[in-house]
Amino acid sequence: MSTFAELLLNGVSLGSVYALIALGFVVIFRATEVVNFAHASLLLAGGYVTATLHDDIGFWPALLAGIAGAALVGAAVEFLVMRRYRGADHSVLAIVTIGVDILLTTELTRRIGTDVLALGDPWGDAVLTVGPISLAHTRIAAFVAAALLITAFLLAFRYTTWGVAMRAAAESAETAALMGVRLGRVSLGAWAVAGGLAAVAALFLTVFPTPGLERATSLAALKAFPAAILGGLDSTTGALVGGLLVGVTESLATGYQSDLTFLGRGLGDLAPYLVMTAILLIRPAGLFGTKELARV
Amino acid sequence: MGGSGLVVRDLSVGYGPVRALRQVSLEVPEGAVVTVLGGNGAGKSTLLRAVCRTLSFHGGAVTGGTVSLGGRRLDRLSPDRVVAAGVSQIPEGRRVFARMTVADNLRAGALGATGGRAQRAAALHRVHELFPVLAVRAQQRAGLLSGGEQQMLAVGRALMATPGVLLLDEPSLGLAPMMAERIADTVREINAQGTSILLVEQNAALALRLASRAYVLEVGEVTLSGPARQLAASDEVRRRYLGVVDEDAAADASRATATLPSLSRWEGDAE
Repeated sequence: MSTFAELLLNGVSLGSVYALIALGFVVIFRATEVVNFAHASLLLAGGYVTATLHDDIGFWPALLAGIAGAALVGAAVEFLVMRRYRGADHSVLAIVTIGVDILLTTELTRRIGTDVLALGDPWGDAVLTVGPISLAHTRIAAFVAAALLITAFLLAFRYTTWGVAMRAAAESAETAALMGVRLGRVSLGAWAVAGGLAAVAALFLTVFPTPGLERATSLAALKAFPAAILGGLDSTTGALVGGLLVGVTESLATGYQSDLTFLGRGLGDLAPYLVMTAILLIRPAGLFGTKELARV
Repeated sequence: MGGSGLVVRDLSVGYGPVRALRQVSLEVPEGAVVTVLGGNGAGKSTLLRAVCRTLSFHGGAVTGGTVSLGGRRLDRLSPDRVVAAGVSQIPEGRRVFARMTVADNLRAGALGATGGRAQRAAALHRVHELFPVLAVRAQQRAGLLSGGEQQMLAVGRALMATPGVLLLDEPSLGLAPMMAERIADTVREINAQGTSILLVEQNAALALRLASRAYVLEVGEVTLSGPARQLAASDEVRRRYLGVVDEDAAADASRATATLPSLSRWEGDAE
């Protein structure tokens, strides 16, 4: 039972990190209707900035620099690339993001090489033990940070002018333009926010018990993709639930691996995609994906 | 550029190779209600899109001519600048943000406003005075309002930007006659408060009653224009847009229906 509780808690923590990444997907999708395949490279960029700076300027400033860096890269991608294609088909834009992803990831993997970079986080490998359950400090920090960020984001989305503009643009770009919403700004903001969230996620994907930032980190980031899809690509709630679902599934599947050897190895990596496929079979729009709600 | 108010001069618009408007000129003097009549596909919505700079959403572009407001050119601006200049549009089919609450729809309407917090509060107060139901339903999702309430919300949303010129695209479309009448009263009231109005309508009877000046748009060209009263009296407008046929034809028609055997199952609907 204590193993189960531990795995569950770890899963929730991991899931909240996935939710951060998935939220980035959803924000960009809602603002621009583009599926952003370059998200993993934004994450890698944020992590890389933090990893290279923390020795010189300390962890917290480095983390802030990482967040700002990833936000900047996101904004630059929007401004230099996506904006040039405005008016193009959304599927064309999605493929453009694959191109951007390949370029960014190639450059970052060249810089990282075969190294495993530490991000210099203050939690190290400390473990909190309560009764039979022990939990790494990093996992607790991940959950708390993700919960705070997500709450702040949702409040902003709901109550600020920025949020109103985002939601209006998501429902109908043309009508939003008639209201005086600057769509370019909305899209730029979405990419920057998504980048910032991804940089925080990069930190928590690379802290203990993971060795550190390496080339393969971007693959881990891709697991947030099924999270966003199974929640419904246009739903912020969906991103949260999807993230948690994927995190818990992965954690449990990895934890009980030894009991499931007949299924082969690496089940934990596979589980998110299995869950996504199963859910999409039943609900093609995802758990919270919206169908039209309108009375004529 | 001359002329206060909204001036459209020799405006041509194309969607790719398709010409949608050909050298259309019209004027909405300050404080006036002007209407543009025309059937489906005459280019009425295209005209409004050209003024609000949203043609690009439909693959269209202005190919010639100018649009100006109070002497200031609008035809090179981005849509948000047009709103900031004081032109708001209520698009055809209302287009409320269905998933957002009524209150958030009104907030969205104020996004393009240039004024400060006080002006937004005043605008909201004015909208709630015009449509008390929007205050009652503030926290409801706009998609769940009735058609008439959605039209009120669309009008209110546009007013949140405190425009000098309000463009209305078929506000009576799909509404019950009583609701259409209610919207007409509102248009009058908004105009009385000092906003100029350009009303695009298929419902010519309603539009001609509201407007002081009218234009008839056919296949992208202005074919008739003049004082609304004069147009309402013109045979051509009466025949085409008001559904009034001249008396001989009416007599012919009634004779014809009298001699035809009537279908019993339709009788319930007739008259």
